[in-house]
Amino acid sequence: MTATAVALPAPVVEMIGVRRFFPGPPEVRAINGVDLTIGPGEYLSIVGPSGSGKSTLLHVLGLLDNPTGGVYRLDGVDTMSLRERRRAVLRGERIGFVFQSFHLLDHRTVLENVALSMVYVGVPRRERIARARVALERVGLAHRMEFAPTTLSGGERQRVAIARALVAEPSLLLADEPTGNLDSVNAEAILQVFDELHSEGMTLAVITHDDQVSRRAQRQVRIVDGTLQW
Amino acid sequence: MVTQAGPPDPTGGPSTSRRRRLRSGPAVRDLLDEALAGVAARPTRLILTTLGTVLGVAALVGTVGLGQTAAGQITQRFDLAAATRVVVQPDDKGGQEGEAATQLPWDAPERIERLNGVEAAGTVSNLEVGDDLVQNVTGLDGGAGKALQVMAGSAGLWDAVRAVLRTGRLFDAGHDQRADKVVVLGKHAAERLGINRVDSQPAVFIGDEPYTVIGILDSVSGRAELNDAVIMPNGTARDAYDLESPDAVEIRTAVGAAQLIAQQAPIAIEPNNPSTLRVDAPPKQGAVRKGVESDLNALFLLLGAVALLVGGLGIANVTLLSVLERVSEIGLRRALGAARRHIAVQFLVESVIVGFLGGLLGTAVGVILTVSVSWIRDWTPILDSRLAFGSPLLGAFIGLVAGTYPAWKASAIQPITALRGT
Repeated sequence: MTATAVALPAPVVEMIGVRRFFPGPPEVRAINGVDLTIGPGEYLSIVGPSGSGKSTLLHVLGLLDNPTGGVYRLDGVDTMSLRERRRAVLRGERIGFVFQSFHLLDHRTVLENVALSMVYVGVPRRERIARARVALERVGLAHRMEFAPTTLSGGERQRVAIARALVAEPSLLLADEPTGNLDSVNAEAILQVFDELHSEGMTLAVITHDDQVSRRAQRQVRIVDGTLQW
Repeated sequence: MVTQAGPPDPTGGPSTSRRRRLRSGPAVRDLLDEALAGVAARPTRLILTTLGTVLGVAALVGTVGLGQTAAGQITQRFDLAAATRVVVQPDDKGGQEGEAATQLPWDAPERIERLNGVEAAGTVSNLEVGDDLVQNVTGLDGGAGKALQVMAGSAGLWDAVRAVLRTGRLFDAGHDQRADKVVVLGKHAAERLGINRVDSQPAVFIGDEPYTVIGILDSVSGRAELNDAVIMPNGTARDAYDLESPDAVEIRTAVGAAQLIAQQAPIAIEPNNPSTLRVDAPPKQGAVRKGVESDLNALFLLLGAVALLVGGLGIANVTLLSVLERVSEIGLRRALGAARRHIAVQFLVESVIVGFLGGLLGTAVGVILTVSVSWIRDWTPILDSRLAFGSPLLGAFIGLVAGTYPAWKASAIQPITALRGT
């Protein structure tokens, strides 16, 4: 929790001087002094060319990678001091991921794929299934619940992934090139889902190299050579 | 759903409602379910993976099962009674025209009983009764046209052949000395004569002479013809039928003493001419045969162990392969909040399941093998139930060992490498 007792909403993400260096030689300074605050309900896009450090930023934001230095608070929790176990728990509870390549399990039904995201959070099975159904209905896939992901189109798969990201009720939805594998029609549909989520108060961070995608966000930041430019 | 993640309640902050969940992890049941789903996702691979374990466990169970079954047959054949029975009789080959070269002395049992290792000894003889039929009081001779055998024995015979009485009593040295007209009936003889109790002192006639039936045998070991005979004391036989000498001496030895007694008995009975006696002793407990069997067993057990090792390596290999294949799945699970240990547990449990299934199938094959071979050879299949229930666990253990390295490997995969690309 932040110490401020005022009515100002506490930021979901608070990064101060975050660095991530990969030991060399030569040492790679993937991100170098990033200050970033994402308030609740914000829709942010992070754009940058490949090699700019945006993937590293995504990993750090998503608690998949440890920064070398700086301060990163997620929902007011100082993540720098957390052990791996607690980071995993925090990751499972607070962050929903949407990947470019969907990352669905081919051998499981759509419903099971969505329910999976609540397994490691400790939601009981019955509740998982019920919530997964609601989430799939929410993204318009009520008719595909018992299908295998391999039988779905790319756009449908990404909507499954979004349902999976949302169902655990994360604080932050983190999307990595969510439209990268989709044609323009399907991409537009996904972006509409994002718009709706935003209007419902979801906090979104979309990382992309595509300006079309980036422009849909409420706020854009550009990352170049490991630092953010506004 | 999504509304839950809406603008936070200013008084509570964005995360109070969720904080309670921070401590609770996935349920054990859920981890098991995930592992089961992982195994079930590739059924063909599962079967191939279990093959090594199936063969190994089947070899072990089959070898041990058949070993136990065979051992059961051997002990049935060489049971205690047979292994302690020694019979001495005149060697008819030594005599002229099939006649015995020597006669057993009447005191042969006493001489034998002095030997260390002899538990009991007694004489037994078949009597030539000529036309004297054995009949009961009503003239019934047991029918079937076949006359009942009349035999004679010493009082020590009963102990020597482990006679068990059904009813009445056995004759003793007193009956023998007095040449009392008493008989003991073998159990089949008693049935044929229609005599089943002796409290009324029933009589049987041998020829015209009545004999009092004092007892009915229930069982004897070794000399089975006693079951079909009417047995009288030696003294009585000498009196009535001029029995010159006993036909044979039945000896019951202490366990393990049969071989020694077989050597000593002829000398004790006939010190001047021991070679004129023939001794029937149990075959030497096939030391050679047993040795061969245990060698064979060791070989099969070794083969089984090798198969298990190969099976374990197979599981390790396939699990490792599956880890590499499922890198992105691992990454996804980590992104969904799985800790390293959850990933490790999942792959370990998958490997244990594979091993357990292999063990289960292998046990079934081994049991079927044992039963089939027993059926073909007309044996009684014997299988230690601990073996049958323990072997699937052995398979599971192999899976556990085999899965350790792949599981560790899987848990060491960094989620960012796992999620990159494709």
